[in-house]
Amino acid sequence: MPVSKEDIDGILKHYPREQRYSLAIMQDLQRRYNYIPREGMEALSEYLGCPLSNLYSMATFYKALSLKPKGRHIIKLCDGTACHIRGAVPLLDGLRRLLEIGEGETTEDGLFSLELVNCLGSCALAPAMVVDEAYYGNMTLEKLPGILEQYRKEASGS
Amino acid sequence: MKTIRVCCDTGCLASGSMKVAEEFERLSAGSGVRVECHVKRTGCNGFCEKGPLVTILPDDISYYQVKPSDVPEILEKTIGKGEAVERLLYRNDKGERVLRQQDNPFYAPQLKIALRNVGRIDPENVDDYLEEGGYQALKKALGMTPGEILDEMDVSGLRGRGGAGFPTGRKWRTAAGYDVFPKYVVCNGDEGDPGAFMDRSILEGDPHSVIEGMAICALAIGAEEGFLYIRDEYSLAVENFRAAIRVAEERGFIGDSVMGSGKKLHLSVVRGGGAFVCGESTALMQSIEGKVGEPRAKYIRSVQRGLWDHPTVLNNVETFANVPYIIMHGAAGYAAIGTEGSKGTKVFTLVGKVRRTGLVEVPMGVTLRQLIYDIGGGVQNGRPFKAVQTGGPSGGCIPESMMDLPVDFDTLKEYGAMMGSGGMIVMDDRSCMVEVARYYVDFLCGESCGKCTPCREGLKQMLAILEDICHGRGTMEDLDLLESLGETMKDSSLCALGQSAPNPVLTTLKYFRNEYEAHILEHRCPAGVCKELTSFYVDPDKCRGCSACVRACPVGAASGEPRSPHKIDPDKCISCGSCREACRFDAVLTKGKAVRKMKAGAGENSSGNGARDAAPGDGGFERGTAAVSNERGTAAGNENSTESGNGIGKAGFDAAMAEGRDGK
Repeated sequence: MPVSKEDIDGILKHYPREQRYSLAIMQDLQRRYNYIPREGMEALSEYLGCPLSNLYSMATFYKALSLKPKGRHIIKLCDGTACHIRGAVPLLDGLRRLLEIGEGETTEDGLFSLELVNCLGSCALAPAMVVDEAYYGNMTLEKLPGILEQYRKEASGS
Repeated sequence: MKTIRVCCDTGCLASGSMKVAEEFERLSAGSGVRVECHVKRTGCNGFCEKGPLVTILPDDISYYQVKPSDVPEILEKTIGKGEAVERLLYRNDKGERVLRQQDNPFYAPQLKIALRNVGRIDPENVDDYLEEGGYQALKKALGMTPGEILDEMDVSGLRGRGGAGFPTGRKWRTAAGYDVFPKYVVCNGDEGDPGAFMDRSILEGDPHSVIEGMAICALAIGAEEGFLYIRDEYSLAVENFRAAIRVAEERGFIGDSVMGSGKKLHLSVVRGGGAFVCGESTALMQSIEGKVGEPRAKYIRSVQRGLWDHPTVLNNVETFANVPYIIMHGAAGYAAIGTEGSKGTKVFTLVGKVRRTGLVEVPMGVTLRQLIYDIGGGVQNGRPFKAVQTGGPSGGCIPESMMDLPVDFDTLKEYGAMMGSGGMIVMDDRSCMVEVARYYVDFLCGESCGKCTPCREGLKQMLAILEDICHGRGTMEDLDLLESLGETMKDSSLCALGQSAPNPVLTTLKYFRNEYEAHILEHRCPAGVCKELTSFYVDPDKCRGCSACVRACPVGAASGEPRSPHKIDPDKCISCGSCREACRFDAVLTKGKAVRKMKAGAGENSSGNGARDAAPGDGGFERGTAAVSNERGTAAGNENSTESGNGIGKAGFDAAMAEGRDGK
């Protein structure tokens, strides 16, 4: 999605000019672009009258925020304790092998980003994986290639 | 009129409950069957593992793992003729099919107070909540003086359910005592402990009970504004809660005039940014203020100076959900449940390698054995029990010998663990306790905010040491160093995150020291988890040649002709353990791996100070990569890896640490 000033201003205007809304605004920007573009950071700094350095420290502190663009599909592999002891680590290795990227990285074609998350609260389905909003429970290494293929097909079809 | 309840909580949704609900609606349209509006979002029934769950009322028949294709049969038999569909019923431990939830061993011992409405009502429909007596407690509280409300809270003995267990009544009373306005009421829904999801279930399944609890608190302390801080990962909870606040304001339960009393209360949702430390009260308040979530020292408590330096009461979701029940049914009745020091019930998540996984609520003081065996049905696949991890990253690992301890706020603490927020992760013989400790430290290392040194640096060093041990590079001195580091962090960290961070390490060291020793002295991971110390092989006597391992192996290391013993090629094997998980005959076994440069005799140093006994230069084996050595060298003062390998003792470290401290 191309970054435009009007777009960013539209998001800012939803909120009063108070520091307490900085996190919420940054989350809105994040949701809009899948990351927070520099233009967004600068506009927010001006809007709130808050130093850019303060916003930068927030953007790097909170895991929900990213200053780098992410892939089209975000794969979140749960590494909560229940998932961890039920095989999240071999799954992570499997995803690394299949996607040829590490955690926190994006594939060259921009299709997938791989994230290791703490707990999705779906421990009864451990090990669990979420692609965008779709949950995959009781995951095994065998299931991985099929799931990835489904998204690849979708992408090449559209 | 019959009612069909379809559980549509995150767990059941992931198992496809939305399709089941839609199928019920589609097929029942016009047939006189009322499909409850639960379809989109309804509370969690607890038994998530067996979802999607469907309950038919008033027959009180519960079905498990229902598929859309089962729907016509349920409609025809159960709705039409009042007969049960046998195959969808739960089979109890004796193998009998049971109709009602109360006959299911998972539900039978439970007592639901905080979860009283969760899974029963449609969270989007406030009338459903009103039918169950919703907002009656708030109405009653409006007829009481703040002092009377505070007295009730004191009598109830309710303590903070987030884990710290601070008496709720006392907290409210302190805040009520300050004549500084505005005051704030904050609900902590930043549920970060891995393996715990009770707050999410309440927020998703019964949001109005939390709103009502917060409103009663606001009356008691004189607050007019409140915040609910919800974890970023819980999208559904954020959505449900925002909707619930809107409805509660529209219907006049809160807003400009709380139930017509003229008292104001405005609530808003703040979505967290994905930082575990924000579950800490002062960090959470920083985050609400739109800052980086770093905790502060608490010589002035938040009840005096919290949000924007004003008196603030912060309680956990589950705590607030208990409040309307206490006001409505009386504090004395509530206080009759539970133990001397811990009143009422507690919600636990029973997860990991346990047969019946899910969310349960039981009176305080039940034993771990009752929880894990009676309700949970014991360990999955009949494997031996090894430990239960309680209290998340702040808790500890409890061995079999302590299974008869009662679970409450105080007992487990005496043993180095804690009840915490209520996560119970069951581990079997295939869970490596050293690796579990490493996992928690790694988790906390990534989540430490970095403000205070003991937590930031201590965790980093602990992680380096634990990784060394998991990779077969550990020494026996490392264990002493872990202990002394842990004690230092406990004593000197700024907030509870750092103070409790060593618990998983210290408890595993205390109760599972033999596993650490096996890693260090025998270069073997008894659980077969640590890759560098594990190789897999097939026991030809047990192998039936079913080829399950061949299909499961992602790299083609397992091979063999059908019905003859299989083999695993150690050169191809990546030690992922898929073959062992797939094998139904226990034929895939593990043994230690030969570690490079290990010298003869190192394995015999079992006296507890291995390397120190060895002559310099004969420290058993060399430490791993230079990067790791350097990292550790810097932090432990004048220690460096070579010295460690050569056998500098604990005394040396203590001296170094003491020097460091005195030098301040």
